Amino acid sequence: MSSKEKILAAIRRQSPARPPLPSLDEAWIQYPDVQAQFAAALASVGGQVVEAASLADAASVIGQLPPMEQAAKIVCTVPGLPLGNCVLDDVPDPHLLADVDVAIVAGRFGVAENGAVWVEAGHLRHRAVCFICQHLVLVMPRGEIVHNMHQAYQRLTFTRAEYGVFISGPSKTADIEQSLVIGAHGARSLTVALVAGWEGQLSAAAQE
Amino acid sequence: MAEELTVVDHPRAAAKFVRDDARAHWHDQALWFVRVKRDRMAQSLPEWETLRAKAAEIKAHTVGHLAEYLEQFERQATALGAKVHWAADAAEHNQIVLDILQRHGVKQVAKSKSMLTEECHLNPFLERHGITVVDTDLGEWIVQLRGEPPSHIVLPAIHIKKEEVGELFHRKLGTEAGATDPKYLTEAARYKLRQVFLESQAGITGVNFAIAETGGIVVCTNEGNADLGVSLPKLHIACMGIEKLIPRAADLGVFLRLLARSATGQPITTYSSHFHGPAPSGELHIVLVDNGRSSILGNDDYRRSLHCIRCGACMNTCPVYRRSGGHSYGATVPGPIGSILNPARDPGRYATLPYACSLCGSCTDVCPVKINLHEQLLTWRRDIAAAGKLSWSKQAAMKAAAFVLARPGLYRLAGKVARFSLRHLPRLLLYGPWNPWGRQRELPRAPRRSFREQYARRPKP
Repeated sequence: MSSKEKILAAIRRQSPARPPLPSLDEAWIQYPDVQAQFAAALASVGGQVVEAASLADAASVIGQLPPMEQAAKIVCTVPGLPLGNCVLDDVPDPHLLADVDVAIVAGRFGVAENGAVWVEAGHLRHRAVCFICQHLVLVMPRGEIVHNMHQAYQRLTFTRAEYGVFISGPSKTADIEQSLVIGAHGARSLTVALVAGWEGQLSAAAQE
Repeated sequence: MAEELTVVDHPRAAAKFVRDDARAHWHDQALWFVRVKRDRMAQSLPEWETLRAKAAEIKAHTVGHLAEYLEQFERQATALGAKVHWAADAAEHNQIVLDILQRHGVKQVAKSKSMLTEECHLNPFLERHGITVVDTDLGEWIVQLRGEPPSHIVLPAIHIKKEEVGELFHRKLGTEAGATDPKYLTEAARYKLRQVFLESQAGITGVNFAIAETGGIVVCTNEGNADLGVSLPKLHIACMGIEKLIPRAADLGVFLRLLARSATGQPITTYSSHFHGPAPSGELHIVLVDNGRSSILGNDDYRRSLHCIRCGACMNTCPVYRRSGGHSYGATVPGPIGSILNPARDPGRYATLPYACSLCGSCTDVCPVKINLHEQLLTWRRDIAAAGKLSWSKQAAMKAAAFVLARPGLYRLAGKVARFSLRHLPRLLLYGPWNPWGRQRELPRAPRRSFREQYARRPKP
């Protein structure tokens, strides 16, 4: 008998109660101003929001961020944002990204309750760039913010092999005496650029 | 490991911990600080209790249908290109992981936090076979460098002071002598562990949630170490207990809202990573481990302990845990939930743990999945006594109590003696080493008459 059969048989020998799966249809929290709540939640976890009136405007807003000033190696995977000097698709091995100073990638939508942004790696040759960079900038359409995590999962379907991640703020740790330190292993700073009048690189339509 | 063979004596280990009074208070305060942050987060959501109820219902449903969901998960994960392995116990789990690593010629692994691999003692096993394992969560790395196990499942180094981390890093990493600034020390660790991430040929992670419907797994970290560990090499091994399953992706809406708020008082962890299948041209192995879980599932009294999402809230709130330290439990999972899970695995070795509890019920109040922790702890005491695992001193005390309580005259006399002694005996006699109740506390001032006597003397209407 294989371990699989053994484990399943051991479970099936037991007869716990079998209550139904509950509905998740509830009056979950809604915020009067999702953009303001998103910005406040992101600030509370050490990130920041910048606003841009258009994608062209985003280029100048992001270009003026402090991490960009001293950045030597910048990866930008957002089409229409001419900010990068290293093309991710030309990098053969993710280990070569160890010296990336700033990575600028698209997020699909944000979550107001916790400042998280959903990032899909399907369009990134190396998803490692999101974690190995010193500073991370996520670019997303201004209107794409949901109130809470239940709405977030209504927008997500997982039907193919792909990696996705909610990122909420910069990498952090409090493992030494509960003192919060920003920049543990991943990005030392996180900026979310909310771009008006742009439907986004990862909008549901662009997905198909 | 010699420690494995001995019986855990929680009172003795705790006594050692509280001997350093200042440190015990510092530990208590550090954890209470986390509990307060958790309260603030819980109170910021009007639907907190609804979320807890939903989480408990989802878990109860999942446990009731676990075999079906495990099969569905394997089907879906396999369809996405992951390889699913089944391990009946810790030894089989360790062997599976070793085989995969050896097949790939792996010499060094970057591991992110996984209580399951701690439970299975994977690190020493792999090290014995010549594979270097680096725990990349900062707290876990600190305890690994010190050669000790984590003392908390979410805050592995909560028992260690920054001066000690500074001294450790000075010896191991060459940081400045006497440095204690957490920012400086974290930066040194960041630098060193970046090299580890870049050098390792495989990444091992735990699993916070596995989704039956989609075949995906979710891993939550604040540091980003899980993602760095598995996005650089081609090989990702994810190890999980079979109770980590949830039916639907939508259920994550409930659990991710509860997990970080309960654990550290954050609205969500920094990274909540959803792995569906391997990375392009990479490999993803998922090891499903039973190791005693299916037998807990068969027990009506303890089944709900399988709902646990390992947030650690019960530890942060527990007055005994906060004042006795995680290591006093002698187990991978300490605190209230550990005092239920460990005796289930080995009642003889862990017989003292259900007594490391005042039955205050605070753990039950904060548990995000509504496990009736303090009730299960009380039930464990009954089971341990019934199995004859109780220490002779507790057995003798129970027998003496039963003898006295069954004889009203004797009981009244005992009360009289006790009240007289408390009122009239000199401190030297009352607070001698023979009276453990007088050790860290002032004994109450006894009334002259018992309630019964006062009641008999009340003015008659």
